[in-house]
Amino acid sequence: MFYATGLTKNFGDFTAVDSIDFEVERGESFGFLGPNGAGKSSTMKMVGCVSPASGGELRVFGQDPATHGPQIRARLGVVPQKDTLDEELTVEENLWIYGRYFGLSRSEVRSRTTELLDFAQLTDRAKSKVEPLSGGMKRRLTIARSLISRPEILLLDEPTTGLDPQARHVLWDRLFRLKRSGVTLVLTTHYMDEAEQLCDRLVVMDHGKIVAEGSPRSLITAYSTREVLELRFDTDDHAHHGDAIAGIGERIEVLPDRLLVYTEDGDAAAAAVHQRGVQPLSSLVRRSTLEDVFLHLTGRTLVD
Amino acid sequence: MPQPPPLPGPAPWRPVFGSWLTAYKRTWRGSIFGRFLSPVLFLLSIGLGLGSLVNKSAGGVDGVPYLQFVVPGIVAAQSMWVAMGESAYPVMGAIRWNKKYHAMLATPVGIDDILLGHLGYVAMQITGATAIFIGVAALFGSFGSWWVLLCLPITVLTGMAFAVPVFAFSATQEGPDSFNILFRFIMTPLFLFSGIFFPVSQLPAVIRPIAWVTPLWHGVDADRSLALGSPDVAGVLGHTAYLVAAIVVGALLARRSFTKRLVV
Amino acid sequence: MTAATHAPSSPTKGLASRLARAMPMPAGAGMARILVERNIMGFRHGWIALVTGFAEPVFYLFSLGIGLGGLIRVVTTDSGQSVPYASFVAPALLAASAMNGAVFDSTYNVFFKLKFAKLYDSVLATPMGPRDVAVGEISWSLIRGSLYAAAFLVVAWLSGAVPSWWALLALPAATFIGFAFSAVGMFATTFMRSWVDFDYVTLAIQPMFLFSATFFPLATYPGAVQWIVQLTPLYHGVALERGLMLGEVGSGLLIHVVYLAALGLLGLFGAARRIEKLLLS
Repeated sequence: MFYATGLTKNFGDFTAVDSIDFEVERGESFGFLGPNGAGKSSTMKMVGCVSPASGGELRVFGQDPATHGPQIRARLGVVPQKDTLDEELTVEENLWIYGRYFGLSRSEVRSRTTELLDFAQLTDRAKSKVEPLSGGMKRRLTIARSLISRPEILLLDEPTTGLDPQARHVLWDRLFRLKRSGVTLVLTTHYMDEAEQLCDRLVVMDHGKIVAEGSPRSLITAYSTREVLELRFDTDDHAHHGDAIAGIGERIEVLPDRLLVYTEDGDAAAAAVHQRGVQPLSSLVRRSTLEDVFLHLTGRTLVD
Repeated sequence: MPQPPPLPGPAPWRPVFGSWLTAYKRTWRGSIFGRFLSPVLFLLSIGLGLGSLVNKSAGGVDGVPYLQFVVPGIVAAQSMWVAMGESAYPVMGAIRWNKKYHAMLATPVGIDDILLGHLGYVAMQITGATAIFIGVAALFGSFGSWWVLLCLPITVLTGMAFAVPVFAFSATQEGPDSFNILFRFIMTPLFLFSGIFFPVSQLPAVIRPIAWVTPLWHGVDADRSLALGSPDVAGVLGHTAYLVAAIVVGALLARRSFTKRLVV
Repeated sequence: MTAATHAPSSPTKGLASRLARAMPMPAGAGMARILVERNIMGFRHGWIALVTGFAEPVFYLFSLGIGLGGLIRVVTTDSGQSVPYASFVAPALLAASAMNGAVFDSTYNVFFKLKFAKLYDSVLATPMGPRDVAVGEISWSLIRGSLYAAAFLVVAWLSGAVPSWWALLALPAATFIGFAFSAVGMFATTFMRSWVDFDYVTLAIQPMFLFSATFFPLATYPGAVQWIVQLTPLYHGVALERGLMLGEVGSGLLIHVVYLAALGLLGLFGAARRIEKLLLS
């Protein structure tokens, strides 16, 4: 579907995207994972042909965004990080005019609008203005809007940031349906659970570079252990406790608020800690997540 | 041990005033044009240019050279423009957009302090703009008497007679749409028909009473009689009383709409 | 609705679009009219703004025409004709409101949609290109300006301030004035960084409004100042409208047309070269 080699974006002296390579196949669900400022959005804008690349090669549908921007955009759906809904118009009109921007006929736009209002569960709000809608509704409307032209690739920039858990699950469900219907999804996120839920394959970005690539499962296998033991103490001196339990598990990570013990067997590790006479306030055994992968790759937690 | 919160000072409106002043210190350069150059351009164009037509054709207005007739009116009108500019978007924005008032209310500052502090800041803006304009206009020989110095307090009252009711109105607004109506359907006609450019007696008789109820006409008439040096004392006092009444009524309304909007 | 969507294919827009196509710009799909369609849709909810935009020049006409007209009565125009003050000032108000509307739309409105409503972010994610946005916004501004101008002419005619049938040409002339200022305004907007920069717009517009022989004839000024006034674009707009509405039609009016056309083309070329900088980062 699209690929990039050595893709770079500079804003003056600042390098937002630093020579990255990736390739996305048709029907795939592909994610860019990384903290704020990692270069995810800049990458998405270049793929969306609204921001010219500063260097490297980028081809979308085999075409160059620099010369075929409109042709490429005609086949893309874009869900930007901030909902850029048209506040002067109603919910229905937002879908309507967006279809017209793609050059669709009025009758086509009308029937698609009805369909998408239903998809976004907004049929009863069709005549409402955009402003009073809840965050989740606005997000669904933005997604519905991006689908009006039946895009082959859907670009989603942090689709669920700022939404409450219920709204996120509704959105995930809608995105999952799209994926099943064959749409190629490309999303950025800084949520681990979202990446694990939605992405077949993802790249981890940090400081404009790709630091790891693979499926969520393979990344966890490659960069983490099966289980993690989390220990909390009533003192601030976590480093001291870190020394006390050194050697337990494969690796120990000292965070400001807790200790993480990476191990294949969390319960055994917990027992070992207890045996050394260390008394944590609480201990918890959980499965390894992408968060742990990120922590391992960059030495810090993802959501700052 | 957590410290007890500091007790509210004797005048909690002061930090409110201070916060608006601080914001202004960053942007005052941009307002210089509107505050200084713009009235001077009006003075040159209307007072001198258009004035030459009026003087030639009608010998001024009631024997007064047009410059001296029109400038006191522009002084009053400028205070209205400044007052409206400071009370429409900034008030609505502080409620709807940047939530400045909400942030203040989370401290020991109360509704009255917010009103007093912000209105005090608006009064300061009007005072500054008026003083500068009167000073510059005097250089052009626009005034006939030292009584013009009394125009300063009268003009500030005129401005506040707009600012305070507009505060009350802006606090009820959800967005800027109705400001369009306020500016173009209320301010512009007031500017054009309140006896600034020609005596109200030129208007059709049915419209004249409308001019009389608006604060601007009172400000214009009082300023003009002072600036020409032949103040009709009873008239000026009457106008002043009217302006003060408008401010008091506006303050009551503003207090009500602020409370309704901010204390829920 | 249907009539309105046909409107953008007015001659001026055709010209703008053809010129824009000849320029080194990223290819758009030539769908500027969809943006006009969007603006009409938005305006159905905000029709109040449409009405207020029309009211302002009418208020001025009545204030100056009736109120001041009672004091001034008759003015000698720069061509030596004596006319009632209302007839003298009406063409100037028409030209000035065409300028104001066009500049407001192409600067403040475009900047607001760009930086705050983020409207163009979503538009540019579709096949629409920067050129469509620019041409669409200018077209919309001209359509709206033409409606205002037509309404103003009717009111002025009803109040007896329009003595000549040449005034029928005052409507296309107002659209033309709007085009010139729109193009320059759009060009200026490509340089704007923040709202503070709009003080420069006011700095250009307000003196023109007050001094372009709008409220009093050119002859009022001393000789040297007359030359300066004649350099300003609004002066040419006012003189063109005044010539048409007072029926003082001659080849001299062509100078004003050429001046405004040159200004508009200059703005258009400038805007076309920089619009990409404005809309794409």
